[in-house]
Amino acid sequence: MSEEQKPVRIRADRDVCIGAGMCVMTAEQIFDQDDDGVVVLLEPEPPAEHADLARRAVRACPSGALSLVED
Amino acid sequence: MSESMTLPLHMRRAEFDPAAELAAVRDEEGVRKVRTVFGVDGWLITRFADVRAVLGDAERFSNAHQMVFRIPGMPQRTDEEIAELRAGNLLAFDPPEHTRLRRMLTPEFTVRRMRRLEPRIHDIVTEHLDAMERTGPPADLVTDFALPIPSLVICELLGVPYDDRADFQRRSGRMLDLSLPPQERAAASLESRVYMGELVARAKTDPGDDLLGMLVREHGEDLTPAELAGIGSLLLLAGHETTSNMLSLGTLALLRNPEQLELLRKEPERIDAAVEELLRWLSIVHSGMTKVTTTDVEVAGQHIPAGEIVICALPAANRDPALAADPDRLDIGRDSLGHVAFGHGVHHCLGAPLARMEMRVAFPALLQRFPGLREAGPEPAFRSFNVVYGLSSFKVAW
Repeated sequence: MSEEQKPVRIRADRDVCIGAGMCVMTAEQIFDQDDDGVVVLLEPEPPAEHADLARRAVRACPSGALSLVED
Repeated sequence: MSESMTLPLHMRRAEFDPAAELAAVRDEEGVRKVRTVFGVDGWLITRFADVRAVLGDAERFSNAHQMVFRIPGMPQRTDEEIAELRAGNLLAFDPPEHTRLRRMLTPEFTVRRMRRLEPRIHDIVTEHLDAMERTGPPADLVTDFALPIPSLVICELLGVPYDDRADFQRRSGRMLDLSLPPQERAAASLESRVYMGELVARAKTDPGDDLLGMLVREHGEDLTPAELAGIGSLLLLAGHETTSNMLSLGTLALLRNPEQLELLRKEPERIDAAVEELLRWLSIVHSGMTKVTTTDVEVAGQHIPAGEIVICALPAANRDPALAADPDRLDIGRDSLGHVAFGHGVHHCLGAPLARMEMRVAFPALLQRFPGLREAGPEPAFRSFNVVYGLSSFKVAW
């Protein structure tokens, strides 16, 4: 199994989030923003085919609100 | 521009490219002590990983210690005066004060809100293309397209009368022009606050559906008039000067890279990737705010004591081979999403989703309307001595 296809678990810290929306722009299957612009996790454990997108979104997050939980 | 002033290293460019010496700093020592435009020394950070680390660490690299108020030649200000000048300027605060202000604004810049704005942006772009077509070539892409479109968008979003544009564009120009004496730039900044203060007072009696009206309605109790004016002033400035220069310089970049232009014309679905690559490659904001170290730190092996100025060279970071292969080539086929053109960390550009939306509408519409778009001469004028890099004029024909 390649690195990209390993399943991932995402953690979102809503107190740290600055609402930049980079995660929604990168992977709107996985992330949304509430009315205040703060991150909402639609898929905390995205299916394997979205694992790469999830990693990209975590990397793109400017505030550090997103992280990957390693099993 | 005064002849005696030299451009700081991180602002020096040859057309689209950062100075070769800046790339050499990145590839060699990584960090170098430089003389800032304010006449004091600062540490220039040039590598992608270091720039990200510095921008992502608001605790050790502070925006709130604004040296600009203590620069040589500037009158000494009292603490009250400084507080008044900083009020509402998100870029002059660290968390948690910054977080408080930013949270009030994020609802206005969500991805969903931007999508709701999209049809209006289309209309504004179309109106300006119609006007260019009616008048016929040549046109100045800066004054006929690149500057008015984002200006009108931010005016409508904020609730600033577009009829006032000549005045606020002149003020913005003075605030960002680093060749002017600091006193004059500070004066322009004060004038902008006074102007915005009048709009805030009007919004207090009759709050509209725009951003100023929303702030008054929802946060009128929590924000002082000075904070409201400061927020409005920052958003107005940031909302038109940046996107405007991306539109003009980005168009020139595409015209001078005809194979990239051809690819975008043939495959218009590449627009999002093209916008990201233009942001990375052009990096029109040289550095964003300078930071001040709150403790002793080490960056790229260099010890930097507490209380020193740190400047992040965004063009150098965005052309770092660690970010992109063959980084000096404009390539809309690449994945450049991780770039730091909008900064990084808690001060990551609030208006980034708006800027992206404006570009993804405006570039394709321009290219589609004028398939024969070309430089008309004289040579476009690159503007150097400015907080935001770009073009001051760009004559085009079609």
